[in-house]
Amino acid sequence: MSFSLRFRAAIVSVVLSLAFIGVWHIATRSTGSVANMSPEYAKLMGLTATQGKSAMPGPMDVGAQLWEHVKRPFYDNGPNDKGLGIQLAYSIARVATGYFIAVLVAIPLGFLIGMSPLISRALDPFIQILKPISPLAWMPLALYTIKDSGLSAIFVIFICSVWPMLINTAFGVASVRKEWINVARTLEVGTVRRAFTVILPAAAPTILTGMRISIGIAWLVIVAAEMLVGGTGIGYFVWNEWNNLSITNVIIAIFLIGLVGMLLDQILARFTRMVTFPE
Amino acid sequence: MTDKFISIEGIAKRYPAPGGGTTAVFENLWLSIMRGEFVCVIGHSGCGKTTVLNILAGLDEPSEGTVIVDGQAIEGTSLDRAVIFQSHALLPWRTVLGNVAYAVSSKWRAWDRAKVKAHAQSFIDLVGLSGAEHKRPSELSGGMKQRVGIARALSITPKIMLMDEPFSALDALTRGTLQDEVRRICLTTGQTVFMITHDVDEAIYLADKIFLMTNGPGALLAEIVENPMPKDRGRIDLHRHPLYYSARNHIVDFLVSRSKTFAAEAVDHDPRRVPLVRIGRTEPTVISAPRVVDAASTQAVAR
Repeated sequence: MSFSLRFRAAIVSVVLSLAFIGVWHIATRSTGSVANMSPEYAKLMGLTATQGKSAMPGPMDVGAQLWEHVKRPFYDNGPNDKGLGIQLAYSIARVATGYFIAVLVAIPLGFLIGMSPLISRALDPFIQILKPISPLAWMPLALYTIKDSGLSAIFVIFICSVWPMLINTAFGVASVRKEWINVARTLEVGTVRRAFTVILPAAAPTILTGMRISIGIAWLVIVAAEMLVGGTGIGYFVWNEWNNLSITNVIIAIFLIGLVGMLLDQILARFTRMVTFPE
Repeated sequence: MTDKFISIEGIAKRYPAPGGGTTAVFENLWLSIMRGEFVCVIGHSGCGKTTVLNILAGLDEPSEGTVIVDGQAIEGTSLDRAVIFQSHALLPWRTVLGNVAYAVSSKWRAWDRAKVKAHAQSFIDLVGLSGAEHKRPSELSGGMKQRVGIARALSITPKIMLMDEPFSALDALTRGTLQDEVRRICLTTGQTVFMITHDVDEAIYLADKIFLMTNGPGALLAEIVENPMPKDRGRIDLHRHPLYYSARNHIVDFLVSRSKTFAAEAVDHDPRRVPLVRIGRTEPTVISAPRVVDAASTQAVAR
């Protein structure tokens, strides 16, 4: 019997997830020890005290709740009760907007830095200082100047995703093989056509790698940013459910954040594969 | 001047030396090539052969002097001068056809796709790559890659082909076949070729004239050897030609010993009138020299 590696790995993954759910289920079973109390008092206490239910939701609770969310992803019962689909859509829209603006800024600027040693050296100190700043440190300044919490979140996404793209683009453009440039030069290819026909395809794998790093960082940051600005989004949902003490929803949100992050990464990985060329 | 198709006039290339001042790879280099001539340059690494080729291509600029091609001083690169790179330099994200078509569409910008494709295809067929046009360079062997490089250079119908050790990275068998094809193509098209090589046999097989360069820094064009082989030479019986070994020995002797000592010994060397050497049955004879040389003084060259 010889199954493909892929198949065997899938079996191990399924076994591991079943084991995890099993351990989780056992660990969150009802403890059984119920304090004796008057019914009046018991009404005030939660199920933990009256029925010995674990304070941590088990996989069944989470599964049932998740099913509720999946059935009605887009309901809207006012500012504090929206479907998870709506919350995720807000977050994705913010990430997409900030990220898209970052692409528009970082790739042309990266080209410029990569092609001009003067610009590269001139901008280097700024990039070195701005790059390590935590994106959330910009938040007060953004709120103060932009005066709009939604736009401030988008700005934070922009500022955190611009650096990896900028640096990778500049690096990719600067390290295009001299011989490819020389081919274009001997063919009298103009600067613009050279940029699009030689430098861009040669640097594309490096640029796309930068874009992939950026989308990951942007998705990390949006949760924290939305916890701060509030109102809508998956980050706000997590914080709101924490305030509601709904650990079940918090766990569901964590799971969905991971899922969406993985999908975003896979999309970029696919684009990277499309532009990668074997040498 | 119709006789000199390419004329390199007093070019020098200097680099800043580590301790201040400059190091000259070569100074005051003069060299001319006729139309339709196949010229090989032989010399050790570091003598500035590639620099000369890059200057001819327009990829590099001389610190001094000018290069005149077809009556005009060159300025930068030109589609009239095609380069075949040692490392083939194919664009790996393009197919064979894409690589050649890129050159074709660079030369004839107004051509439509079909015309570019047909033109590129004819040159792919010429180098014997029919059927491989949709492969990527990574799927090709070293020899096939270099064929694409040759097809790309030929496809723009250049006035001059510049080849920088085009076959040095290939195995002996592939090298032989490609030499045959380059020779066939150049003979039928009357291409002017400037080629750098390390391979003496390759030079004797391909070249009309062989330029010998001394070691750098301060490299000199020491002499120009006329290839004594007949124009209709074939690979099979080349080495049986009575003058083959005297030509070969003369060049190898130069590379082994004289390339090191030439600069110090030839005090009267005039870089504008480099001795032209014709290979005789016994010893090489100087037929033109900076000063009038006694006809018997073959030692003047062979020392």
